Amino acid sequence: MIQLDGIHKHFGALHVLKGIDLTVKSGEKVVVIGPSGSGKSTLIRCMNLLEKPSAGKVTVDGVEITAHKAPVAKVRQSVAMVFQQFNLYPHKTVLENLTLAPVLIKGVPKAEAEQTGLAILDRVGLKVKANAYPSQLSGGQQQRVAIARALAMRPKIMLFDEPTSALDPEMIQEVLDVMVDLAHEGITMVVVTHEMGFARQVADRVVFMDEGEILEQGTPEHFFSNPTHERTKLFLSRILR
Amino acid sequence: MNGPFAWFKWQALFHDWRIFAEGFGNTLLVAVLGLLLALALGVFFGVLGTTQQKSFRGLNRVYVEFIQNTPLVIQVFFLYNGFPHLGIMLPVLSVGILGVGIYHGAYIAEVVRAGIQSIHRGQMEAALSQGFSFWAAMRYVILPQAGRVVLPPLTNQAVSLIKNTSVLAMIAGGDLMYHADSWSADNIYYGPAYVTVGLLYLALCFPLAQLARHLERKSEVSV
Repeated sequence: MIQLDGIHKHFGALHVLKGIDLTVKSGEKVVVIGPSGSGKSTLIRCMNLLEKPSAGKVTVDGVEITAHKAPVAKVRQSVAMVFQQFNLYPHKTVLENLTLAPVLIKGVPKAEAEQTGLAILDRVGLKVKANAYPSQLSGGQQQRVAIARALAMRPKIMLFDEPTSALDPEMIQEVLDVMVDLAHEGITMVVVTHEMGFARQVADRVVFMDEGEILEQGTPEHFFSNPTHERTKLFLSRILR
Repeated sequence: MNGPFAWFKWQALFHDWRIFAEGFGNTLLVAVLGLLLALALGVFFGVLGTTQQKSFRGLNRVYVEFIQNTPLVIQVFFLYNGFPHLGIMLPVLSVGILGVGIYHGAYIAEVVRAGIQSIHRGQMEAALSQGFSFWAAMRYVILPQAGRVVLPPLTNQAVSLIKNTSVLAMIAGGDLMYHADSWSADNIYYGPAYVTVGLLYLALCFPLAQLARHLERKSEVSV
């Protein structure tokens, strides 16, 4: 579903990604972990080309989006992203946040988009907030709306870039619950997170990154019980106290 | 009594009120059409100034710096006296519309650029990630938000634009200032003429300036 071949990314003199190869299969849940500054976010942002790799190939759903004049916008319609800072549209109501892209980009009739939107909001427990503005919601609610907005595009792939890192601790669980719920329905998911419990619970595969490289990957069982790499052990010992 | 504001001079002015009304109408016409042109140019070049492409940003810089750093009077003279040499004869009111439109377009481009850049980068990223094109994201996500930020400075630009339509007087533009000038040059009744047109400009600009202040206060509250 997603294939990265030899991805390098430079920000000026900074070499953030150093030759990443990664394949995500259809329906697979991949959780990417690693210390801050390891390049996890840059990596996931390469998957929908919000970050353009300096070298290497990104192929999504059979389309090489790094190719010259690739239909990037078209591919992005089926690759939804959830951001750390939610990035809801503040000038639109919650429901409008969900219907804007389906109506304008996919040409879904407005009434139909609203009906679908309300159903999705119901699913994330926020149907009552349909006519509120994002600024009137708590952080956890905003992130659930952001997930709902992503779902409204009926994506094949969901990318989560540290979806709970900007949340107050008491709001993390409500967002994770929604994500676990999603994971059970066969959508392809790539999640950058520090939530090890989530990784254990839903990941088919855990990928550990450090200093722009993938050091180790495997099932959660393998990963958390007998990691092989020294730096992985060190990272886990720090994060799992 | 025969001072600069002698009553008979006012009487002469009231008698010829049609001349001033015509000038007022022309000034209004030039201001409205000029503002529309300035807005179109300003939004277009302002957005160019926020794109990734260096060449687009270069276009924005050339337009803004070139226009902002040369006098409006020279630009208008160029349109009026220079264009005919290129075989382009413009009606004088069109010269005024083009002149103030292009001139204030450069200022509005800077206002729009700053407004767009005040919107968090994540908004564009969210829109792009949903499959919006850059221009659609601008149209539906960024500009509506930037619009609230730029409304007060934009209104100030409208005020300046109205006042600057008076450069038309220098090329016989048929505007309010021109008619005041030519009418009083005939009879040397300068006093009433200048006071009257001054008040007419004030009547146009003062409400707009108040509106700008009101919008500014409102945007401070909401932020």
